[in-house]
Amino acid sequence: MPRKSVRQAINEALRQEMERDDRVILIGEDIAGGMGAPGDKDAWGGPMAVTKGIKPAFGEDRVLDTPISESAFIGAAIGAAATGLRPVAELMFIDFIGVCFDQIYNQAAKFRYMFGGKAVTPVVIRTQYGAGLRAASHHSQSLYPVLTHIPGLKVVVPSNAYEAKGLLIQAIRDDDPVIFCEHKLMYDDEMEVPDETYAIPFGEANVTREGDDVTIVAIGRMVNLANQAADNLAKQGLTCTVVDPRTTSPLDTETIVETVEETGRVVVVDEAYPRCGMAADIAGLIADQAFGALKAPVKQVTAPHAPVPFSPALEDLYIPSVERIEAAVRAVADYGQSAAAE
Amino acid sequence: MTAIDAITMPKWGLAMQEGIVPAWTVDEGQEVSAGQEILDIETAKVANAYESPVAGRLRRKVAAEGETLPVGALLGVVAAGDVPDADIEAFITDFQANYVPPEDDAAGGAEPEFVEAIGLRLRYLKAAPEDGDGAATPVLFIHGFGADHAGWMFNHAEIGADRPAYALDLPGHGGSAKTIGDGSVGGLAQAVLGFLDALDLPRAHLIGHSLGGAVAATLALDQPDRVASATLIAPAGFGDTINGDFIEGFIKETRAKKLRPVLEMLAADPALITLQMVDEVLKFKRLDGATAALRSVADANFAGGLQAAGLKDRLGDAGVPIQVIWGAEDRVLPAAHAEGLPAGVKLTVIPGAGHIAHMESSSEVNDLVRAFLPD
Repeated sequence: MPRKSVRQAINEALRQEMERDDRVILIGEDIAGGMGAPGDKDAWGGPMAVTKGIKPAFGEDRVLDTPISESAFIGAAIGAAATGLRPVAELMFIDFIGVCFDQIYNQAAKFRYMFGGKAVTPVVIRTQYGAGLRAASHHSQSLYPVLTHIPGLKVVVPSNAYEAKGLLIQAIRDDDPVIFCEHKLMYDDEMEVPDETYAIPFGEANVTREGDDVTIVAIGRMVNLANQAADNLAKQGLTCTVVDPRTTSPLDTETIVETVEETGRVVVVDEAYPRCGMAADIAGLIADQAFGALKAPVKQVTAPHAPVPFSPALEDLYIPSVERIEAAVRAVADYGQSAAAE
Repeated sequence: MTAIDAITMPKWGLAMQEGIVPAWTVDEGQEVSAGQEILDIETAKVANAYESPVAGRLRRKVAAEGETLPVGALLGVVAAGDVPDADIEAFITDFQANYVPPEDDAAGGAEPEFVEAIGLRLRYLKAAPEDGDGAATPVLFIHGFGADHAGWMFNHAEIGADRPAYALDLPGHGGSAKTIGDGSVGGLAQAVLGFLDALDLPRAHLIGHSLGGAVAATLALDQPDRVASATLIAPAGFGDTINGDFIEGFIKETRAKKLRPVLEMLAADPALITLQMVDEVLKFKRLDGATAALRSVADANFAGGLQAAGLKDRLGDAGVPIQVIWGAEDRVLPAAHAEGLPAGVKLTVIPGAGHIAHMESSSEVNDLVRAFLPD
């Protein structure tokens, strides 16, 4: 099977869905490049070149470069979705969502509910999140918990190229507004990705490792770090189950609770801020639904409650690391063991 | 000359480059028989016990537990107990001095290919002897319900070392087109015939498993001039019933946790079904059209846990050699379906194997296939 990067997988998903359904259009800043100016019409393909080559293939009517006005083009995409198109908008950085947030949380998210289930809003908002690119506090946040908070939105945080393609195809075919969050450090990560089209259902977690001792629930890029931690610990005789929820809304509580019931010990890993973040949310639902199975307190590994630092040294410390995940797993694995021995 | 045998990393599937040895299951100095499981091997795709190809005493474990080694690398040495230690050491030194790991680009030839047949794009994988196809009649592997060519990973390279061997993805399966027509065995047999035509293969030895066994038997009966022989492993169409829970669960379950117990029905030893294998099945089922294709096949052939059982009685009239292999502990299609085979059809029931005997008891199945094929 051919190997593809996350960038290629997303590009291929967009092309294949545009091929399949001519209602699918792309809209956003610099997604082709050269807005309104003479010259190259495929200059950029977005800041990470994810949409490169799509404008020449599908034409100017279906790949729309916009002025730098998130409230205008996100609003336009939502309106187009409400009236029959299936737009995929690119919000360059999730950090800019404040500019267009009313359109998303108080309009798109409410249409189905407020119009008696008769309105559909099949819009996808692709956006970059995450720290590690030395891009400072304005371009490095993991804000998907803010969107997960809003009923009516679906929120996808893929963990690799295979997942990204299948989840994006599902997002485009979904009739509800979907926020699709891509980690900016993962665009070059490669793996085997089928050439064919496939959709990964929302709300079905993926179990990437199976173990007996500790459950690690991790979001997005953190899944890969959790897998590394699990592989390292397995060599030392401590085995972990790793759960990738894939979508934070809807959230597959069933799989999370089932795996917690098997191990009784849990670490939740999330790059987002800790207050009202995914780690706190998942720890809360485990306390609510699987308290009887717990043998140790649920441990959270997150960023600190602080903006992402620009100093490279501080940024590296800020992001949850494999070492921190391993230490947390050891802590919950040891909990109660030493006390019993004393 | 005293025989010293090298146990080397096998090649399970043409894409396999290396394997991990998680554990030996016998001790140094222990006598082993041919076909005895002596160590576990894990690849990126599968974990399975490795059966000793020879009998003798395990004189040395060369591979350490946990070690990752390329295909063909020395894992251990088997020889009679009276062979001097110095000879064993010399053998190992000599082997290691001459061993050349396969180059990465050797896998280039192992990529699946595609061909147009009866209007469908079909995927297949070809293995052939190192010195080319030669004049031998080729082998065609035909997988079962929901599977694809990769299910033959323990057999394909072995059989393909002697003659060209093709492993096909049936319509609706693997990487082949998901258009499947009525999904019947007859329709699938037409597709296989189209595949032989498209590759310009006048005749082939067919090796079919389960649903693929029914397809191979159908072709042996209806197209005897195209079929040199047929090896049917736990074939469908030999009894009235099939495990409906397996068929329905295979189609319906979309989560690994729910699908795994369904797939475990395939094997006598559930440990053979790894998370990776469950994941591969889920990835196939997510492909556009795949689940609908499976539904068509199930409705056409296995509706309500029943199947048409006419094939067995007709085999006596087939003009081609046919053998049947069945795992004694098959939980999908019971081995009792093999009772009352017509005279002239060779039957081997393998103890300790389930529905996927070609994976669980691969050495024995490969020996049976080789013994059945002309030289």
